[in-house]
Amino acid sequence: MTLERKITDANEACANVAYRLSETIAIYPITPSSPMAEHCDEWASEARPNLFGTVPEVVEMQSEGGAAGVLHGALQVGSLATSFTASQGLLLMIPNLYKIAGELHPFCLHVTARTLASHALSIFGDHQDVMACRQTGFALLASNNVQEAQDMAAVGHAASLESRVPFIHFFDGFRTSHEINTYTPISDEALRALISEEAITAHRNRALTPDRPQIRGTAQNPDVFFQAREACNPYYDACPKIVEKVLARFEKITGRQYKLFEYSGHPNAEEVIIIIGSGAETCEETSLWLNARGAKTGVLKVRLLRPFSLSHFIEALPTSVRSIAVLDRTKEPGALGEPLYMDVRTAMEDARDTGIWTLDNHPRIIGGRYGLSSKEFTPAMVQAVYLELKKPSPKRSFTIGIRDDVTHLSLSYDETFTIESPAVKRAVFFGLGADGTVGANKNSVKIIGDETDYFAQAYFVYDSKKSGSMTVSHLRFGPAPIRAPYLIKDAQFVGCHQFVFMDRYDVVGHCEAGGVLLLNTLHDANTVWNHLPDDARQQIHTKGIRLFIIDAAKVARSTGMGARINTIMQTCYFAISGVLPRDEAIAKIKESVAKTYGRKGESVVRKNWEAIDHTLANLFEVKISDIKLNGYLRKPTVSPDAPEFVRNVTAMMLAGLGDRLPVSAFSVDGTWPTDTARWEKRSIAASIPVWEPDLCIQCNKCVFVCPHSAIRAKFYPDTLCADAPDGFKHMPFKSREKPNHAYSLQVAPEDCTGCELCVTVCPAKDKSSPNRKAINMAPQEPLVECERTYYDHFLKLPEPNVLTLDETVKGTQFRQPLFEYSGACSGCGETPYIKLLTQLYGDRLVIANATGCSSIYGGNLPTTPYSKNHDGRGPAWSNSLFEDNAEYGLGMRVAIDRLADRALWLLAQCASVIGDALVENITLANQDTEQGILIQRGRIMALRERLAPKSHPHASELLLLADYLVRKTVWIIGGDGWAYDIGYGGLDHVVASGRDINILVLDTGVYSNTGGQQSKATPLGAIAKFASNGKASPKKDLGLLLGSYGNAYVAQIAFGAKDSQTVQAFTEAESFKGPSLVIAYSHCIAHGYNMNAGLEQQKLAVSSGFFPLYRNDPRRIASGEPAMKLDSPAPKTALSQFMENEARFKMLMQRDPDRSRELTTQSQAQLRERYAHYEKLATKTPTTP
Amino acid sequence: MNLSTTYLGLPLPHPFIIGASPLNYKLDTVRRLEDAGATAIVMHSLFEEQITHFQRGVEYHLHAHEYSVSEATTYLPGTSSFRFGPDEYLAHIARLKQSCSLPVIASLNGTNEGTWIDWAKLLENAGADALELNLYLLPTSDEEPGGVIEQRCFQIARLVCQSVRIPVAVKISPYYTSIPHFVRRLEIAGAAGVVLFNRFLQPDIDTEDLKHTTHLELSTSSELLPRLRWLAMLRGRTTLSLAVTGGVHTAEDAVKAIMSGADAIQLVSVLLRHGPEKLAELRQQLENWLTEHEYHSLQQMKGSMSAQKTPNPDQLARTNYLQILQSWRA
Repeated sequence: MTLERKITDANEACANVAYRLSETIAIYPITPSSPMAEHCDEWASEARPNLFGTVPEVVEMQSEGGAAGVLHGALQVGSLATSFTASQGLLLMIPNLYKIAGELHPFCLHVTARTLASHALSIFGDHQDVMACRQTGFALLASNNVQEAQDMAAVGHAASLESRVPFIHFFDGFRTSHEINTYTPISDEALRALISEEAITAHRNRALTPDRPQIRGTAQNPDVFFQAREACNPYYDACPKIVEKVLARFEKITGRQYKLFEYSGHPNAEEVIIIIGSGAETCEETSLWLNARGAKTGVLKVRLLRPFSLSHFIEALPTSVRSIAVLDRTKEPGALGEPLYMDVRTAMEDARDTGIWTLDNHPRIIGGRYGLSSKEFTPAMVQAVYLELKKPSPKRSFTIGIRDDVTHLSLSYDETFTIESPAVKRAVFFGLGADGTVGANKNSVKIIGDETDYFAQAYFVYDSKKSGSMTVSHLRFGPAPIRAPYLIKDAQFVGCHQFVFMDRYDVVGHCEAGGVLLLNTLHDANTVWNHLPDDARQQIHTKGIRLFIIDAAKVARSTGMGARINTIMQTCYFAISGVLPRDEAIAKIKESVAKTYGRKGESVVRKNWEAIDHTLANLFEVKISDIKLNGYLRKPTVSPDAPEFVRNVTAMMLAGLGDRLPVSAFSVDGTWPTDTARWEKRSIAASIPVWEPDLCIQCNKCVFVCPHSAIRAKFYPDTLCADAPDGFKHMPFKSREKPNHAYSLQVAPEDCTGCELCVTVCPAKDKSSPNRKAINMAPQEPLVECERTYYDHFLKLPEPNVLTLDETVKGTQFRQPLFEYSGACSGCGETPYIKLLTQLYGDRLVIANATGCSSIYGGNLPTTPYSKNHDGRGPAWSNSLFEDNAEYGLGMRVAIDRLADRALWLLAQCASVIGDALVENITLANQDTEQGILIQRGRIMALRERLAPKSHPHASELLLLADYLVRKTVWIIGGDGWAYDIGYGGLDHVVASGRDINILVLDTGVYSNTGGQQSKATPLGAIAKFASNGKASPKKDLGLLLGSYGNAYVAQIAFGAKDSQTVQAFTEAESFKGPSLVIAYSHCIAHGYNMNAGLEQQKLAVSSGFFPLYRNDPRRIASGEPAMKLDSPAPKTALSQFMENEARFKMLMQRDPDRSRELTTQSQAQLRERYAHYEKLATKTPTTP
Repeated sequence: MNLSTTYLGLPLPHPFIIGASPLNYKLDTVRRLEDAGATAIVMHSLFEEQITHFQRGVEYHLHAHEYSVSEATTYLPGTSSFRFGPDEYLAHIARLKQSCSLPVIASLNGTNEGTWIDWAKLLENAGADALELNLYLLPTSDEEPGGVIEQRCFQIARLVCQSVRIPVAVKISPYYTSIPHFVRRLEIAGAAGVVLFNRFLQPDIDTEDLKHTTHLELSTSSELLPRLRWLAMLRGRTTLSLAVTGGVHTAEDAVKAIMSGADAIQLVSVLLRHGPEKLAELRQQLENWLTEHEYHSLQQMKGSMSAQKTPNPDQLARTNYLQILQSWRA
């Protein structure tokens, strides 16, 4: 029988089953499970029916807790339901998991197993989330690869229906969820044959309905609860056998065999690894390889972890086993061992006690942790575990895959050990996110998978930046199914799609002896060699690597492809690698281009075809005759001037060598230094701004809008100009108060991302030639050397005395930004607000940051953009969770206030030593102004001078807490996903509390970080994920809702529309002695337009009434004025003018013009009404209490 | 009175059609125009730049963000099928066809050979009854000779005409060295009609903000004169349908255009100024004029003042210039 084969990732394979077997799908987006929900939403929007002929409803909720509630409700009334989640999302579902299990609702939840946030957040894979659900009463069913993710999804649903035990079906986040692999799809007929109609009928019959009234969810008391809770036991006892029965049926239908515990390996194995998840694949392949060379090893794969069937477990374990290593992809600090290890130990003990294990041999059991946060788990590590098992005294508890030089738990392993088969073709591609490398590779995999007999696998690694991010694609093709869930170290083909990577990473290190290296370079075949670093040349020569080059940028330009070199590089791969005959391959690429771009129009297809045809003429092999080294080394990752930690730790991570860092390199509690981003010089901008002093009016608007703090202004005594390097630009400072001062505007050439917002905002034009502004973009490469020197000099120029700076746009931009060079998107609309906040209050700022874009560019390693001033002060920043951010910030506020109270009390106690006057001055200090803060700092310095540690019994404690006598400002920052959805309850409560707390909502109108899912901030008529037909409800008016308490300062701001109002809102929010909420309009790539038009779009957003600007300040009431003050006039431009520029609206106009028109009309009316309401508020005379 | 005429093979009850303009944006307006008696509608232009620009825009600003970070493969749903921009034009043709019974003439505007030409076929498929190819040409290079530019125009016209079955009219400017020759070449290229003339939008200067601005300046009757001359010159020398656009504001203007040889009269400015209902008035006035002057049909008048039939053809040629100069007194 020839089975149909397809290629996709586990998320899609699993979702495809879940969708077909469900009627109600309640979700909340969370990485890495989001694509499953997105697939379902897409299918539902296409009205694709499920197995039962209806279209499932996909409901996006405000949190996973909310989604779980919907699911529970849906199950309660007899629906077939499913959901997808991971990590914190799964934790938020736990309360309802107990309920769903307690009521024995058949249900299957699909989980991409992911790390839980502890000392740090991680989006990557391990089993911490799933293991936290062992106690809920859900069955836990694991799948280890794409095929299994599909198959176990089906089994999960079927077994749950029959057993009534709800199931969590899980697979490894990213490693399995995002791995593309060949699999055999399951047909509707097969699913129909697998699912028991009777079980569905029974489920329907149990539904809560007024036609057969019953109640569930009673409150029970000590007399009955215990017994009633035990009543479900038979269902758990029966569950494993039901799963076994379903698996047998599944085998009969599909031919694929699975068991509750699957043993693989030598029939008389002595060393056995017991493991769950994708790591089992690695163990199995390694065991096979070792056994073929005389070893007696085996692997026991756990498929059904809960309910744990002792008999099935023992039955699967070879009786020859002498030692067992149980590998857990999780960590349970303080436990005797990790969960699976504990299960296995208990199982063996029980088996002996109950006589199931009758043999004399008592295998030794050791337990190890591996693969946390998708840490690589390779055959070399598996080999090390087997070797450990053979030792007379193996480590009872160990880790594998890291170097633990603190508690010395780690096993060492032979990094050179490999089991890669020569029959498998392996390729690694280094690309930029924006150059389309990943997309092209996904396409190559599909071509090869579809057109050859090869099985294919692809996995993609991204760095942590949102702009200029590097991608590494790992592709394998082979004659047999590819079960290698780990990265490729020795590829026969390495493509480096950006030449700059050769200077930064050991690209050639990924190429095996005799392999091929393809470089995209501007250099020709005669000169490219001279531009390679020595270590690359050495390796190319020693390994006998064939070197090919292409100037893909030239081909792309000449064929109108712009910066997209993907198709060109893909063609090179097929031309050189010989995976397919060259002509056939090219025909297939063309076919695939037509398939991919066909819907975009013939012209796009032709352009791509033209590029493909031009590629081969521009592809050259470089003859390598000698390897003369010329001392050209790869540039050091960071400057030798960087702090030790940055040199030793950050630099390793930046170089892609973070895996080599030992445990001792890290703090024990996740604490990390700030101010490290400045050591990473990314040079990602093709063009950078160049300042023209003769035109500049010194408005500092360019500095204000820069999302990366990469353009800065300073004024300084003009005597310092003499020390400036040649060519450093300056001009007289236009200020009556500061005569004899110079002004300089300087770009950070290696930190700029080239977004052009500074040029867009620049108001100064050359009167003779208005196309020349006071800032213009110019190619970075010729400028970078000089500008680097100038920027170094600029940074050394003295910072101005902040007391001389007013709180205007211009004044604030002379202040040092304490948030710089983040990894945010080029042209980001959020970061200018954060930068401004740090300029105003950075030296006394504590930030509670909700998870989302701002926590990723704010705190995703390797580097940290929050920085310090010359006194070593700067923002203290922390991300707790997504949902708790407002409460988290409130906690900080309350605690800081208590610490300040304590300090005041101590101050009073120590008055005799400090002096009454100083104590009084400190106690009564007015710290409402910058000046007040600085004076108070001076007083604290005086206090420290007067207070020797032993001068008073309370002196030491006061010295410890004295800095709390200087006011700290707490800002709660997050996106609209947090503020409008998941954190709304907390936000509401915090505002209601009346505490002096500041809240900044960076409002993009979607969940930007996870890929543009709708939030309640998504505007009416906009397309977003889960609103693919255009959002039908209006954006929540957060300001109005929270402002209704009457105790809060509320502002809506848009810096691109009115920068002065933005500054005003920040200063008023900070000075308001109560809760302040600032809702900041943030343009975003998820809106679908060129970000350098972000400021223009902000203007249109305001002038069309889409986003009115206002400041609602309850302080005004005391003077008889209305609290509300509108800062933008009544809408004067048509809403459609704003909407037409953004793909999020434009897509609906294209897809469904009638609906688009209807929603636009509704939106226009609703916005008009809202503005009228604001106007009323702004003119209403307050009633004085 | 028989006012019927034929333009691009389309039988029209009278010669007034709606020229390329925003008048077709709103279906309500189109319905009002139809009620006022419009006989056909030329849509606003779909520009070559629009097509290529949107293709690039989608590539640079939507697709460039895809597969760039771990957490988000895309940022908007359904971008793979999103064409951004020109598709709406196709949809609008379909909508116009659905909501009114007027023949719809789509308008494609471009001056370079390129893939945008493929759109002609798409416009036809979307339901257009005819196509107006607008060669809105502003040569800016000082290296490209006029002949080469004209050659390119013919090539574009040929490619467009070849790619569709519906008739194609070419809208030209008055700035060719030899309009008769140019029109002859268009005929060879396969055009079915020619539209005289393009009105180039002239950019203005914002002296405060130091930038160029453009706004629509409506035409006046005085702009009609060069059109009358070239209609008269072409009538009888070409088999192409002739349309006039720019400068017809009164029934008398229309009479002159027909007498010069126009098969159809495109109205824009007059309707933008006075509203769609003005068309009915013009039609009635035209009929009245013909009746008053004892014509029995429009056809009788068509081309009566063309170069071939006018009693004083010299007035249309060079001598007219001489006479004007001589008659002018400071």
